[in-house]
Amino acid sequence: MKFELTGDQQDFASSLESLLVASDPVSAARSWAEGDHAAGLKLWQRLAEQGLLMLATEASAVEVALAFEALGRHGVPGPWVESAAYLPTALGREIDGVGTVAVPPLVPYALDADAADEVYATTTDGLLAGSIGALHISVDRTRRLFDVSPDGDRVASGESLDAAFDLAVLACAAQLLGAGERVLADSVTYVKQRKQFGREIGSYQAIKHKLADVRIALDFARPLVFGAAIEPTPRAVSAAKVACSEAAYLASRTGLQVHGAIGYTQEFDLSVWITKIRALVSAWGSPAEHRARILDSLLEA
Amino acid sequence: MDLELSETELAFQAEARAWLAANVPPEPLPSLDTAEGFELHREWESRLAADRWSVVSWPAEAHGRAASLVEWVVFEEEYYRAGAPLRVSQNGIFLLAPIIFEHGTEEQQARFLPSMATGERVWAQCWSEPEAGSDLASLRSTARRDDDRGGWVLNGQKIWCSRAALAHWGFGLFRSDPEAQKHAGLTYFLFPLDADGVTVRPIAQLDGEAGFAEVFFDDVFVPDADVLGAPGDGWRVAMSTAGNERGLSLRSPGRFTAAADRLLASYAERPDQRVADRVVDAWLRAEAYRLYTWGTVTKLKDGGDIGAAGSVNKVWWSELDIALHETALDLLGPDAELESAWLDGYTFSLSGPIYAGTNEIQRNIIAERILGLPREPKGLQK
Repeated sequence: MKFELTGDQQDFASSLESLLVASDPVSAARSWAEGDHAAGLKLWQRLAEQGLLMLATEASAVEVALAFEALGRHGVPGPWVESAAYLPTALGREIDGVGTVAVPPLVPYALDADAADEVYATTTDGLLAGSIGALHISVDRTRRLFDVSPDGDRVASGESLDAAFDLAVLACAAQLLGAGERVLADSVTYVKQRKQFGREIGSYQAIKHKLADVRIALDFARPLVFGAAIEPTPRAVSAAKVACSEAAYLASRTGLQVHGAIGYTQEFDLSVWITKIRALVSAWGSPAEHRARILDSLLEA
Repeated sequence: MDLELSETELAFQAEARAWLAANVPPEPLPSLDTAEGFELHREWESRLAADRWSVVSWPAEAHGRAASLVEWVVFEEEYYRAGAPLRVSQNGIFLLAPIIFEHGTEEQQARFLPSMATGERVWAQCWSEPEAGSDLASLRSTARRDDDRGGWVLNGQKIWCSRAALAHWGFGLFRSDPEAQKHAGLTYFLFPLDADGVTVRPIAQLDGEAGFAEVFFDDVFVPDADVLGAPGDGWRVAMSTAGNERGLSLRSPGRFTAAADRLLASYAERPDQRVADRVVDAWLRAEAYRLYTWGTVTKLKDGGDIGAAGSVNKVWWSELDIALHETALDLLGPDAELESAWLDGYTFSLSGPIYAGTNEIQRNIIAERILGLPREPKGLQK
C-alpha cells in the first residue's frame, strides 16, 4: 500500500512542468485557435521528445495521467488524448507525428484533424482510416472539430478499442484536473491582489468559502484519477471523469465569478481554461454517459 | 504507486472478517443514547476487547494489536461492512486516547486506558460553552488553583457534551489563568461526571434522544493527577484532539463505503431512474473518500502530517454522509419519513457539518492555511 507517486514519477512530472512553464503554451493555443499550427506543432515536437507519445505503450497509465494533468494545467492545444492515449492503445504502437480519431457516438468529431498526419474513425467494424470533412466550431476555440468519413482500411478492432477508450477517458479526466488546478491557482493569486472596500477580496468569507470548495472538490477528484490509473477499469475511469468534470467545472465557475468582469473577457488568459473545461466536460463521454456506465457496472457486481 | 494489501494485512483482514461474522449481533442494538442501548453497547465493547478488537491500533499490552494504520483502516472497513454496532466508546478511544498516549503520564496511561478499551468507563467530551462554540478559545469556565488540596477547582458550564448524559467521565478545557487571553492560560482536565459539584442535564437531540448534555461545574475539585499535559498548555494539548476528530481517526472510510453498498442494494431493490444519478454520485464520493484516505495513510506512514488537510477531509465526509442518507431516503418515497435505520443515520448525519468545528470554520482554515488567503480582520474583542 503506497498511494503516492514514486520518485521517478515525481521527477517526470516536474521536468514536464519546467518544460511547459518555459514554452508559453497559451500563445500557442491562441494561434492554434486561429488555425495557425506552427507554434503548437513546435511545442508538440518538444513534448514528443519528452516521451509523451510513448507513455501509453511504454509506461503506465499513471504516467499518462501525470502528463495530461500537466497538459491541462498549461492549456496545451492539440489532439493529445487521441495521439497519446486512444490511438497508441488501439493500434499497439506509438503515433509518429499527430494523430486523431472520431469514436462515435460519444466522440463524433476528430479533434484538429487539419493538423493531423493520421486520421481515423471507429465504426461497428472497428477502427478505420478516414478522410476529413467539415469543420465545427467548439466553445473552446482551440478545439477544431472535424467530421471524418471512415472510408479507409480497418486497422484495429475488438478489445483494444475498449481499452483505448477507457485510457482516453482517464486522460481527459486528468486534463480536467490540471485545468481545474490552474484556474484555482490563478484565482487565488487574483483575489490576493484585487482590493475592494479597502481590503483584498480574498479576505472575505464569501470568496474564501467558494475557493475552499474548489480545493476540496479537486482534492477528492485526484485520488479517483490515480486510483483509476493503477487499474483503468471502465467503472474507475468513468468515476474519475465524472469527478474531474465536476471539480473542474466548479473551479471554472468559481474562478470566473471571483475574477468578475475581467474574467469574462477573451483577452484575459482565464478564458483559455474556462472554455476548455466546458468542452472537456462533455468530451469522451458526458457526465450523464459516465454516470450511467458506473451505475450499470455497480448493479452488475 | 499501488493499492495492494500485504500478506500480513490480508491475513489481518481475514481474521477480522471471520471474528466479526461470528460475533456481530444479528439484530441492531437499541440506540446507544438510551439507558438500555448504552449498556448493551458497553457489553459489545467488552466483547470486542476480550478478543482484542476494540482498540486494534493500541499496543498489545493495552488491549490492542499494535495494528498499523493500514490495518486500522482495513479493520474499520470490515467492521462497518459487517454491520457492527456504533462505538459507544468513540469519544474516548478516538479523541482522548491519542492525547493520553501523547501527553499523559505513565500513571495516567495505566489508570485510564484499560477501562476505556473495555468499555467499562465511557468518556464524554466537554468542549463547547454557551458563549464559546466555533470561537472555542473564548471559553469562560474557570479552574482556580487549590494548593492545599493539590489540585484545581472548576466552575462554569459546558454544553453539547456528546455522550455526557450516560458517560462516566468527561474531558475539557478550563481557563486556569484569568489574566491570559484566548488560547493562553487554558488547562486540560479529566473529571468524573458524578463528582461533587457536577450537574449533568441531558438535552434531547433532533431525534428525541439525549445524545448530548449540559454539564454544570460548581466548585468541582480535580486533583493534579487528572490534569492532562502541563497547566496552561491546554490549547496545544487539545488541538491534537481537534486534528484527530477532523482528520482520519473519527471517520474511517469503512462507514461510508458500507453505507454506499447498502444504498446500492436499496436501489437494486426498488430502482428509480429519477434518483439514479444521485445514487451514483453518493457512491462516487464514498469511493473518492476511500482512495483519498489511502493517500493520507501513505503520507502518515512516511512520517508526514495531515495539517490543515484535516479540514478538507472533514467537510468531505460530513457532506458525503448526508448525501448518502438523503439519497437513501429519497429512494424510499413516501416511506422516507417513517422510522428506519436510514432515517436514524440521516438524522445523525445532519450533525456532521456542525460538530468538530463547523464546516464554515473548516472552509476558513482551508482558505487561510492551504490557499494562503488573508485572514479576516478580527471582530471586536470583549
